[in-house]
Amino acid sequence: MTDKIVVENLYKIFGPTPKDALELIQQGLNKDEIFERTGNTIGVQDASFTIKEGEIFVVMGLSGSGKSTLLRMLNRLIEPTSGSVRIDGHDVTHMSTKELVALRRKDMAMVFQTFALLPHRSVLQNAAFGLEIAGNDKSESEDRALKALDLVGLKANANSFPDELSGGMQQRVGLARALAAEPSVMLMDEAFSALDPLIRTQMQDELLELQEHSERTVVFITHDLNEAMRVGDRIAMMEGGRILQVGTGREILREPANEYVEAFFRDVDITGIFIAGDIAEDATMTFAPDEAADKALKALQDREQPFGYVLAKDRFHGVVSQDSLKHALENNKGGLSDAYLNGRPPLKAQMTLREILEPVANAGYPLPVVGRRQRFYGVISRSTLLEALRKED
Amino acid sequence: MDYRIPVGDWIEAAVEFLLNTIQPFFDGVTLVVGWLVDQLESGMLGIPEWLFIAIIALLGLWRVGWRFTLFAVISMGLVIGMGLWAETVVTVALVIAASVVALAIGIPMGILAAKSDIALAIIRPVLDLMQTMPPFVYLIPAAMFFGLGKVPGTIATIIFAMPPAVRLTNLGIRQVGREMVEAGLAFGCTRGQLLAKVQIPVAMPSIMAGVNQVIMLALSMVVIASMIGAGGLGNVVLRGIQRLDIGLGFEGGLGVVIAAIILDRLTQTFGHHRKQAGVLERLKGAAQWFTRGSGETKDKPAQHK
Ligand SMILES: Nc1ncnc2c1ncn2[C@@H]1O[C@H](COP(=O)(O)OP(=O)(O)OP(=O)(O)O)[C@@H](O)[C@H]1O
Ligand SMILES: [Mg+2]
Repeated sequence: MTDKIVVENLYKIFGPTPKDALELIQQGLNKDEIFERTGNTIGVQDASFTIKEGEIFVVMGLSGSGKSTLLRMLNRLIEPTSGSVRIDGHDVTHMSTKELVALRRKDMAMVFQTFALLPHRSVLQNAAFGLEIAGNDKSESEDRALKALDLVGLKANANSFPDELSGGMQQRVGLARALAAEPSVMLMDEAFSALDPLIRTQMQDELLELQEHSERTVVFITHDLNEAMRVGDRIAMMEGGRILQVGTGREILREPANEYVEAFFRDVDITGIFIAGDIAEDATMTFAPDEAADKALKALQDREQPFGYVLAKDRFHGVVSQDSLKHALENNKGGLSDAYLNGRPPLKAQMTLREILEPVANAGYPLPVVGRRQRFYGVISRSTLLEALRKED
Repeated sequence: MDYRIPVGDWIEAAVEFLLNTIQPFFDGVTLVVGWLVDQLESGMLGIPEWLFIAIIALLGLWRVGWRFTLFAVISMGLVIGMGLWAETVVTVALVIAASVVALAIGIPMGILAAKSDIALAIIRPVLDLMQTMPPFVYLIPAAMFFGLGKVPGTIATIIFAMPPAVRLTNLGIRQVGREMVEAGLAFGCTRGQLLAKVQIPVAMPSIMAGVNQVIMLALSMVVIASMIGAGGLGNVVLRGIQRLDIGLGFEGGLGVVIAAIILDRLTQTFGHHRKQAGVLERLKGAAQWFTRGSGETKDKPAQHK
């Protein structure tokens, strides 16, 4: 995947003397000290990261951590104090007003927390706003706007006015307005924060689904951890204007860069994030499919193991137990395949912990985990799962 | 203390100076405003009374409601009955002429003030001054620069009535939500597009409230301006005062009130973002009201679910 947005050493300092503040930053003073000494507020401090094409990149942090400021520097609604932003290799920070207007019309669209729909325009005219501004003719703009409204399920409301719609519907219009412009980058500033939890989840699903069929790059701001984990391909964690860590949700969960990040992620509901493949453990006993049943039984008895897993190279074939092997031998059957337990199907490596809770709890043996074409990842026992669910404090 | 600071003398000197130096400017203004007032007045007086009433009635039905329309028709009948039709029309013509000019200057000034803090810092004290001056004060320089008659009356009215247009336009534009302005910019608006497609339309209710106030102020000033010969209903009131004729003064005052109510209600309705219910629906509403015979109106919020 190619790099879509490259941000390097980006700073934004609000206040009367940004240059002085920059110097103090170099000397290692922090946000509060600098504010006390110079009256300048650090919005964003030394941000560097790369966003890949087609990615949903989430920026997360508490209120005042500089998320909105960072986002608005990408399309230069806020002028950076120093550093650079490149989009498709073009340096946004040095563009003329004309180039900037062209970039915003062609490549970037934005969705706002307060929806920011225009009250005097109908839903359709709102959705067509970006196209109209860019100088497309009216009927073409409205055609494309109607398609975008269709995507978000609001085609029937095209002739309503914003104040006649619920909050969730208004936000969909905001989304449609951005989609209609067919931007390659979509900037979303707490776009779903004003919605109630149910509609919020729906909108997240909608966004994920739209994203499946598109090469659009999305920069998504939220202060909600679970939302970040849900929609983000990668997450950038901000605090006090600085970016503390960038990575996938699971990467950050597994190796938080510092205590702040760790504390922040403590409350996350990991059952929806970690997957079976993450926690599977190696099986103690494995056999090749052509092994004899009596030998296998002997091996299990010697090691005092109730179960064994049959693998051909790394492909999973079946599970045997001491009992099933004895039973097969009593019936004069000497192959392992005759002793397979026909209990539960193996777990899929992509299943979330939430999804495997029930099968693991009810299976009489550690369940095998398989990936594509039955590739064996390991097994998950009840105690493995409990261990994973236990929050580390 | 014997010494007086001669502010009055200074002002007089300044007026004198202006009179001598930019007389051509005043002549130009006189020409334009005079022409506008004359055209409007003769145009409106040329409309037969019944047609005038019909036009107001249609406007009323479209914008306000049938009960207002009924009131307007009856009260205009009353004006005719009092024999004050021509005076009222002259007054309204003056109000419209003055308002048009006041808005043509005031709204752009309001936009300028909204766009530039420096402009606002200059304009605001001027507005404060204009609004705290007693209206009579405008009459003197107006009469000095433009003589007596309709033109100085109109000009005094323009100056007196303009501030709300500037203030409310400025306020309306400055109050447009930050994210709305950002939305405009984020989708690639130029400064002009931002103003035309986002800021002014969103500020429209506030701007229209300004328009309404300008018209109301103009009406009150036009009455006062009759003191320097602006004519119209103000003259009737003035005559009533001079002759201590309570009846005449009251009739003139009633005419002003009627004109005020009609102008106010009609211009108020243009502030809303969207058209209200169409004429047909309003007629239906009226029919329902008659058949039900109750005093409830459809635009009263329902008390129960
Ligand atoms: N126009 C401004 N002038 C001065 N300081 C500002 C301005 N905008 C933002 N700041 C400051 O910059 C910092 C970052 O603000 P920002 O709005 O980016 O935070 P945020 O992470 O988006 O917070 P929230 O979640 O509340 O939206 C804050 O300390 C804020 O006070
Ligand atoms: Mg924010």
